[in-house]
Amino acid sequence: MPHRPVKFFQVGSFAAGNRLLDEAGRSVQADRGRSNTLTSGHRACQGCGEALGARYVLDAAMRATQGRLVAANATGCLEVFSTPYPESSWQLPWLHSLFGNAPAVATGMAAALKAQGRDDVRVIAQGGDGGTLDIGFACLSGMFERNDDVLYVCYDNEAYMNTGVQRSGATPPGARTATTKPVGDEPGNAFGQGKSAPLIAMAHEIPYVATATVAELHDLEAKVERAMELHGARYLHVLVPCPLGWGAEARDTIRIARLAKETGLFPVLEAEHGEVVAVSKIRRQAPVEEYLRLQRRFAHLLGDPPRTDVIERLQAIADRNIRRFGLLEEEGQP
Amino acid sequence: MREQIEGSLAVARAVALCRPEVISAYPISPQTHIVEALSDLVRMRELAPCEYLLVESEFAAMSAAIGASAAGARAYTATASQGLLYMAEALYNASGLGLPIVMTVANRAIGAPINIWNDHSDAMSQRDCGWVQLYAESNQEAVDLHLQAFRLAEELSLPVMVCMDGFVLTHAFEPVDLPAQSEVDAFLPPFEPRQVLDPGEPVTIGAMVGPEAFTEVRYLAHAKQMQALDLIPDVAAAFARAFGRPSGGLLRRYRTEDADTIVVALGSVLGTIEEVVDELREQGVRAGALGIKSFRPYPLEEVRAALGHAERVVVVEKAFAVGIGGIVGQNVRLALSGAAPEVFDVVAGLGGRPVTKRSLHALLADVIGGRLNPHRLVFLDLDRQLVERELARLSGERRSGPHAENILRDVGVVGGRSY
Repeated sequence: MPHRPVKFFQVGSFAAGNRLLDEAGRSVQADRGRSNTLTSGHRACQGCGEALGARYVLDAAMRATQGRLVAANATGCLEVFSTPYPESSWQLPWLHSLFGNAPAVATGMAAALKAQGRDDVRVIAQGGDGGTLDIGFACLSGMFERNDDVLYVCYDNEAYMNTGVQRSGATPPGARTATTKPVGDEPGNAFGQGKSAPLIAMAHEIPYVATATVAELHDLEAKVERAMELHGARYLHVLVPCPLGWGAEARDTIRIARLAKETGLFPVLEAEHGEVVAVSKIRRQAPVEEYLRLQRRFAHLLGDPPRTDVIERLQAIADRNIRRFGLLEEEGQP
Repeated sequence: MREQIEGSLAVARAVALCRPEVISAYPISPQTHIVEALSDLVRMRELAPCEYLLVESEFAAMSAAIGASAAGARAYTATASQGLLYMAEALYNASGLGLPIVMTVANRAIGAPINIWNDHSDAMSQRDCGWVQLYAESNQEAVDLHLQAFRLAEELSLPVMVCMDGFVLTHAFEPVDLPAQSEVDAFLPPFEPRQVLDPGEPVTIGAMVGPEAFTEVRYLAHAKQMQALDLIPDVAAAFARAFGRPSGGLLRRYRTEDADTIVVALGSVLGTIEEVVDELREQGVRAGALGIKSFRPYPLEEVRAALGHAERVVVVEKAFAVGIGGIVGQNVRLALSGAAPEVFDVVAGLGGRPVTKRSLHALLADVIGGRLNPHRLVFLDLDRQLVERELARLSGERRSGPHAENILRDVGVVGGRSY
């Protein structure tokens, strides 16, 4: 059953929204008894979407499993900011091995738990977009095709942020990174490259694939809960804006994440066994320029004169997503 | 029970007797028969409980073993050659995390040129990855070393690599004494991990360590290997008591006590070398052989004690460091620094070339006859003409590209035209 969002258009914020809901409908984050799995004191940047996303995901997963959870973590920002020696922000059993092997490490954990008869303990693996889509992709695909009992969460901030904002397979076209600078004839990242990890995950026909953003807290938590109801390989792809890498204000993380969805650039959906079963509808499509304007990684497109040709191509990508996944709410729909 | 079986099957059964709870496997020749046999044993539930993971690469095989071991399971995998290189990053990680994984390496050459046959280039390339490295001389010893490897790994909290020569051992049918399950259970207690991923007691494993403590962590890694130097003979002695036969240990001395010429080697070639030693003894030559069983940790003092009295030490090794020379040879020289023996580095048996008694006799005759320069790397049975033709070609015509294809053209395998 897909999540039915409760809408608070008058406040535009789920923080306020929580207080308007009855106790049972409130988010895990609103619960003072939440596990604080990624607890305070870590060293993420102000406005870090990944820290926010990991916090939502893990607290929801901890609630869903009554705290019976172990985690494998890929190298990357999340690993570095959470475990500077001799400190750790993790309040669950957590293992970091390498950059490209988190899915396989999680496979090994799940196998060990199964062999030991510890069926009550569940396994989650997490990494950034580089660790997931690029260097860890073979291990991810292997974990998927074997249908290992692992929820893999990709926190997608669309580049290698930990190493200083280099382009990854998830970097959008046109975006400036340290390796796709706005210089030369084709400024920013190339068009016609990159890959959709959620669609590739779906092609493995695994039990559950979902996308989410840090803008929609209830939706993200509901997807984690749904994933933990199922067994086998599950994939959750969370868009997490990076103020540093995207050249955005820390206060705009949620706003940018919401615009990513409402422009159509980042489709929010759920799929089971390779078929889309639900999409988060867009009430009023925002033009991509509204999204681009908040991020200096696209500043070279919005100068004087603006690169309207490039902006049109980005708009075309958003429009195609909307058509392809039926993202626009029809008139008269709830 | 003593039976005539293939080395791979014997090792698979020995591993199963050790009751691994997670096995990850990716096929590579000549390791395949080991993981195939283990797959059968798990499917037939002769090995249970055990999760057998068919992973997508060696990198994943070692990574899954890391996850399993960290979650408290006894974990095993096997590989060879390119596969060992492909898991190199994970090898360092497993030892750095102190995870007692046991792995069989069915020793095989590394390409290019691709070559599936035996030498020690693979294991030697990973000699410094922090694992304990044991080398089997026979299939019986390969079996015995696996039993010891799990015990060593778990007592030390360090991963152990059991190296056995690809094809020469893995595919050879020999009589092997496989112990009973009850004997193995008595020798190898259940795995009790020191640190485990448990929701009841959450730990963070694999945190980042900066300049403030990295040196200390690495010091401790070395200290643990030094601790292994003490433990390996203890475990070998316990094994001998339990199973009634010597196996493993740091070194094996063969007629070295009064020898003035001692051949040093690792692995199955020792069998041939020992026969040559016997034949030389019959001719009145005081020859001996020293098998290095544990190459990491390297028993520096013991090697010195075993070789120091000799006049000549001939290191016959199935790998070398391009641009400098012998690897085992360097380690032997280190053990003998300031001591009397002259050390000869001999590269032999690369890419599956047989090391014959005849060649060894000729080599040792040259060494004893003073016809070899101890400061020059020796390649046993080198086809000097073939090499010289290629060198001559290179001096006449500057070209890039692989030697192998040029040589193939030279020997007429590939058409003579240029392309």
